[in-house]
Formats: sequence, C-alpha cells, structure tokens
Amino acid sequence: MPNPFELEFMQNAYLAGTVIAILAATVGFFVVLRGLSFAAHALAHIGFAGATGAVLIGAPPLVGLLAFTMLGAAVMGWLGERLRGRDVAIGIVLAFALGLGALFLTLYTRYATETFAILFGTILGVSRTDLLTTAILGALAIVALAVAFRPLLFLSVDPEVAASRGVPERFLSVGFFVLLAIAVSVAVQVVGVLLIFTLIIAPPATAEYLTARPSTTIALAIGLGLLETWAGITLAYYIPWPVGFFIASIAFAIYLLARFLHPVFHVHRSEPAAEHAADHA
Amino acid sequence: MSLGRRTILQGVSGSVRAGEFVVVLGPNGAGKTTLLRAITGLIPLAAGTVQVAGHPARRGDPCIGYVPQRRPLDPDLPLRGVELVALGLDGHRWGIPVPDARDRERVARVIAAVGAESYADGPAGRLSGGEQQRLFLAQALAGDPQLLLLDEPTASLDLHHQRELLDLIARVSRERRTAVMLVAHDVNPLLSILDRVWYLAGGRCATGRPEEVIRSDVLSRLYGSPVDVFSAGGRLFVSAGDRNA
Repeated sequence: MPNPFELEFMQNAYLAGTVIAILAATVGFFVVLRGLSFAAHALAHIGFAGATGAVLIGAPPLVGLLAFTMLGAAVMGWLGERLRGRDVAIGIVLAFALGLGALFLTLYTRYATETFAILFGTILGVSRTDLLTTAILGALAIVALAVAFRPLLFLSVDPEVAASRGVPERFLSVGFFVLLAIAVSVAVQVVGVLLIFTLIIAPPATAEYLTARPSTTIALAIGLGLLETWAGITLAYYIPWPVGFFIASIAFAIYLLARFLHPVFHVHRSEPAAEHAADHA
Repeated sequence: MSLGRRTILQGVSGSVRAGEFVVVLGPNGAGKTTLLRAITGLIPLAAGTVQVAGHPARRGDPCIGYVPQRRPLDPDLPLRGVELVALGLDGHRWGIPVPDARDRERVARVIAAVGAESYADGPAGRLSGGEQQRLFLAQALAGDPQLLLLDEPTASLDLHHQRELLDLIARVSRERRTAVMLVAHDVNPLLSILDRVWYLAGGRCATGRPEEVIRSDVLSRLYGSPVDVFSAGGRLFVSAGDRNA
C-alpha cells in the first residue's frame, strides 16, 4: 500500500479534516457551554433534508446543507434563551426534517451511496473544490468566533448580567447559530449527520472534564478533535471500515477515559465544600 | 412600569443618595425585580424616567453593578472565579480577553474586597452558594459602579452565611460610597445596616425609615386591605390583619 500522505485524496482528507476539527471544537465549546447539544444534533438532521433535497435537484449536497441549516439556525437563534429546555419542540422539528429527507431519498432512487455519504460522511472523497470551500468557510467562522469570543462567553455564562452590561443578546444568539450551521455543514463531510456529536460535542465535553479555563478548554478540545480526526482517517486508509466509525469510537474511548480521570483531576476542588459542611454541623 | 399589558408599578418615585443603603421590600410579584431591571435598562418604562448619576438609565451603564437572582453555576463550567469576575470588567468588549496588568490588578482588588482570594483561582461551578455569591458581588464591583443593585443575594444561604454576606455588602458600600438597592423578603437581618426602605405593594411604593414605613396604617393603605405590624425583640413582623379585631 502506498504512503497515504502521497495520495491526493488522502492529502485532501487530512487537510479538510484539520480545518473541520478546529472549527468543530471551537464552536462546540460554546455549544456545550450554552447547553445546545441537542439543538446542534437537530441542526444536522435539518441539514440532512437539505442535502438530500439538493441531490434531488442536482445541486451539490453542501449547498443544500448550508441553506437548510442556516434557516434552522436563524429560527433557533431568534428564539435564543427561550430554546433552553425546549427538547420536545426541537425533537419534533428534527423528526420532521428526517422524514422530509426520507421522502427526498425515495424520490431520488439512483444512488444509495449518496445517502450513505450524507449519513456517515465521505471525507476520503473530498475534492480540491470541497477543500477550498471548507477552508474559506472555516476561516471566516473562526475569525467571527474570535471577535465575538468575550461577549459570547459572558452571555453564555451569565445572560442577565451580560444583557444589562449592553451585550447584544439577539445579535450574538443568531450569529452564533449561523456559525454553528456552518460548522455542522462542513463537519457532515467528515462524519455525516448521524455522527455530528463526535466532532462538535465530544472534544469540548471531554476537555471540560480536564480543565476549568476557557482558553485551555478550547485548546484541549482542538487537540482532541485533531487527534481523533487524523487517527480516524489514517485507520480508515488501512482498514476498509468507515472513517466515522473510527472517529466516533476514539472520541468515545477518550471521553470515557476523561470521565474516569475526572475525580483525580478535581480532588482538591471538593475540599472547600467539605469544610463548609463541617461548618454547618 | 408595564410588562406586556400588565401594569406592574405605578407612581413610584424616589431617590437613592451616594453611599445610601436602601432595602426594597414587598410581597411576591410586587415588582421588586422589575424595578431593578428597569433601572439597569433591561425593561423599558411605560412612562417616566430613571436617572442614574445624572443621566437617563440605559443598558450597559458602567455606573451600575447588578447581581440578579440566578441559578447556581453548572459544576462543570469551564471558568475560574477570576475569569467570572473579570467578565464584569470587560465582558461586554469584543475580541479575545487578554487582560493587561491594570485589569488584572483591578480584578484582584475586588476579589480581595469580597474576601474570595482563597478560592477565586478554582473552578467557579464547584464553589458553594455563598462563595459564588461573593464572586458575583466582586463581578458587579469590578467596573467600580456608583449604584449596586442586588436581587435577594442571600436567598439560598443559611443564617450564618446570610449575616456574613450582608455585613460584607454594608462594609463595601460604606468604604466605596456605593449606593445599594437590595431586594429582600425579610427586613430583620437588615435593620442594623439599612438607611431606608422602599416598600412595594399593590403596584405602589412607600419610602422612608423602617419605623415610618413598616407600620399598620402605611402598609394597610399600600395593600388596600388591613395589615398588622408587630414588633417583638427588636424584630418586625408583618401579617394580614383581621377585620373583626
């Protein structure tokens, strides 16, 4: 077997995977912080309807993904804080989007491979054009996140005080969902709509167990996302199983490890609470 | 002051002087929180004005420090106490926070002012309710406000920690000449430190020293129904009056 780094499709896969892992982990930090994991998951399923719809009319799936996730994002962002705890409403929209996707697939009967690609990703089939689109979208989204970082952090941790200090609530809420829509749309290329959690939620959720500083958490999440993506792509080159399976399995294993290690890292933190308990007794 | 079609407060008028400690009292739903939110500019007024330090109240006014009622922080929140406090100083600014020496010193000073040095470097979500409340107070003080708005800051604390926090707020207010408006349910723990009370009920407001406001005749007029006030052991008790008495 040739060295994977010499093949163009593998180079494309590593490069696209790198951009996507960085973007997904950074956006994912705020998704976890804002308690929007389920909304992110739903957005991917809304994207599924968009992607299958695009295939049906002969457009690139990424265009359909972006169009549908952006629309969903705008609505969710508009609802803002009211979205917290609205799992049932999100779930019903998610189910409707999946149903719509199923209809589009039935109407478009030619290639089952398209379906598989949208559901589970096609990182090994990324073209130079896809790579360029991904890189541009990713760079724009990361710059936007860097600019909005501090007020978005404030709004996520402490919405009422942030609003009273003049942080533009609705603008940031809608803006963040638009960035999430971009992250979901490009991440679908790697892991597909069904495994979106592995790139957007797993790395930051794992990192949160290991550190309490926002910047360290994001750096660690990016590191984990890169490690998982690169390892997944490499393994899929040598073993003919799906990339998504490898990435999801590695992410799961590392998450379990972090949860297991969690008490070790946080031993000193429970001490003040214990002192207070003694105080009250 | 209206929320939707409902008028919450009407004809409320009063002033708070620099360094003055005002306690806002009243039954549930009387509009105590609404009053604070109107002062921060979070709720528009249906009529009238709120002036803070000589200008109309608006969102993002650095003259105001606000500690609302909130849920306890998520234990896994990836944020340390110092970062939580620093958000009060620069959280509204764009970009990635890169605190300079001056900002760091200001944050350290307010953390010292609330006595949170020993735990401010740890994860904020893992602290006790009282410790978190001190950090929120430090966050509100970080911008060096002239008016501090506190919404039931002692709500989830036991008596011992309530006393500590209230004494701390009184000391901070005195030392910094910061005016305080503190929403409370029970006036008794505050009698020794407050200057005036604002009593909200029935959409109206009565202000003055506690002995001028917390009286049967004043509160009965406010509620529009008989109210009895008892005093025992230097403590005040308010209860619905008995018409047949």
